[in-house]
Amino acid sequence: MSRLTGKFAELAKTGRKALIPFITAGDPNPDFTLPMMHAMVAAGVDIIELGVPFSDPMADGPVIQRASERALAHKMSLRKVLALVAEFRKTDQQTPVVLMGYVNPIEAMGYENFANAAQQADIDGVLTVDLPPDEAEECVAMLKARGIDPIFLLAPNSSDERIKLMDVAGSGYIYYVSLKGVTGAGHLNTADVETKLQQIRASTRLPIAIGFGVKDAETAKTVANLGDGVVVGSALISKIEAHQDDLATAQQQIVELLAAMRQAMDS
Amino acid sequence: MTEKYNMPDTRGHFGPYGGIFVAETLMPPIQELNAAYQRYMVDPEFIAELDADLKYYVGRPSPLYHAERWSRELGGAQIYLKREDLNHTGAHKINNTIGQALLAKRMGKTRIIAETGAGQHGVATATIAARLGLECVIYMGAVDVVRQSLNVYRMKLLGATVVAVESGSKTLKDALNEALRDWVTNVDNTFYIIGTVAGPHPYPAMVRDFQAIIGREAKQQCLEQAGRLPDALVACVGGGSNAIGLFYPFIDDASVAMYGVEAAGDGVETGRHSAPLCAGRPGVLHGNRTYLMEDDDGEIIETHSISAGLDYPGVGPEHAWLKDTGRAQYVNITDTEALEGFYALTRMEGIIPALESSHAMAYTMKLAPTMSKDKIIIVNLSGRGDKDMQTMAQREGIML
Repeated sequence: MSRLTGKFAELAKTGRKALIPFITAGDPNPDFTLPMMHAMVAAGVDIIELGVPFSDPMADGPVIQRASERALAHKMSLRKVLALVAEFRKTDQQTPVVLMGYVNPIEAMGYENFANAAQQADIDGVLTVDLPPDEAEECVAMLKARGIDPIFLLAPNSSDERIKLMDVAGSGYIYYVSLKGVTGAGHLNTADVETKLQQIRASTRLPIAIGFGVKDAETAKTVANLGDGVVVGSALISKIEAHQDDLATAQQQIVELLAAMRQAMDS
Repeated sequence: MTEKYNMPDTRGHFGPYGGIFVAETLMPPIQELNAAYQRYMVDPEFIAELDADLKYYVGRPSPLYHAERWSRELGGAQIYLKREDLNHTGAHKINNTIGQALLAKRMGKTRIIAETGAGQHGVATATIAARLGLECVIYMGAVDVVRQSLNVYRMKLLGATVVAVESGSKTLKDALNEALRDWVTNVDNTFYIIGTVAGPHPYPAMVRDFQAIIGREAKQQCLEQAGRLPDALVACVGGGSNAIGLFYPFIDDASVAMYGVEAAGDGVETGRHSAPLCAGRPGVLHGNRTYLMEDDDGEIIETHSISAGLDYPGVGPEHAWLKDTGRAQYVNITDTEALEGFYALTRMEGIIPALESSHAMAYTMKLAPTMSKDKIIIVNLSGRGDKDMQTMAQREGIML
């Protein structure tokens, strides 16, 4: 059983939902990320999504785009993100880590090289925003052969046919994008999400993490009731952006927000 | 070639290139668009409406003009110019925007978005949106907004909203990113008119099909005027829509050589250029796999060209395929050489070409003298130079 599958099974036993923070590796500088990861674990998160910065993050809103730009300014790269996770694993062998990014850095490294390096770094899952299952056959096979979960997205406008496709191609969990738009946008509509989740659950038994539009403890709690996990990204990165000159404060505020979400989700 | 060229496959692949590399939210609108494209491209009513618009609104067919004086001066092959610069709005771009806008109308979309580099595609889109009464938003890199301010004004006159994109390198690729973000957010009522043969399937094939009228006309005109097929075709390549439009109807004519001219900027060896086919490598950007300008980590690098319309780090996937198969050759022309092409055509034939098209002119100046006088080159004069007057005057130290 993969670390991700194990985590969701363990949570299900106690009726809890996964809290999944997203931060961009190397934002605002490479030294910030590793201690932040450990601090988030201490704050009670279950899985960490680590963004691999890309020059052209087409599906992201301005907040995550700027995070990418800050990280790239410090020469962060896919190779360095892998090294960062390997470093994280020296002291944390429990928390699943998922890489989230765009396909071109993986293409540049080569699918097989990347899959080998990801296995070496003990990565648990890979979510590639612009690599839908239709184009992912080779990459998915390489990852699965090494025990790494390929994670796919579903959207409010996804058809039953697409849902079934993700069920076959994906493993670990499905990332449900709760609204049409880019990361960090708008407010999610609970009733719409609930209806869509029913449709998705009819075609897959994979756990479903819900992201896009989770801003505070209250929305985290609401979303947690609908799915199996809650992804929070732009709300955390906004704190990094706001306190670039005082990163201790940034870290503290992120920890406080995640702890509040944890508490609200578990209550 | 014994088998007829038949690309792409049903999933939009040109060999290893092309495809659909997009976020899941875009899959439904892309599938919807693909269904509409498959349906209407063979619909007699749609074709009749498109043909009528191209004839009465755009002014097609555009002439194939024998540049006799210039040919004589260069002392080699006979040069024929395909006069896309004479189209309404001044470039080949409108062939495609009319096609896509008519599709949008049939699909019930009320809002049009587009990205633009030099502004020609933005103007062509704003033009057709005005005519059809559709809301229109144009994304343009902030750098391009400055260097193509005339076209920005034209778009605004036509009723479009022009959004200056401040992210990344603030040029065409960033405008494309921003347009994709808009589309993801407004998929229900919005049609994204991509201006070149890039993006996810079906765009590369669809834009090619709308632009192929250039090559179809040129072929027929060449047969009528010269009594035979040309020996070579030359066109500039940024994303590559004017080039593929000219090339496509000739792909099965093995005797016709094809030259795509990329922008070498300061020179390919300096790294400051926009020539992915000549000096890049395959990767994935903006929905398709193709040749890209990228660093070792797969990050897209900044491009450079004197012409905003060629300032793009990728290229249409069909060109990648034509390069790999050897059916077309891809060469490059520096900023300085392009300026020589610009002045040559202006002074020898009284035609002021766009800086993009000037790259094709400059390569023709190299190619023609290597061919005998009974040979024929068709060069795509893809746009006129009016939009570049400010840039050129500035280079000459003249304030307009």
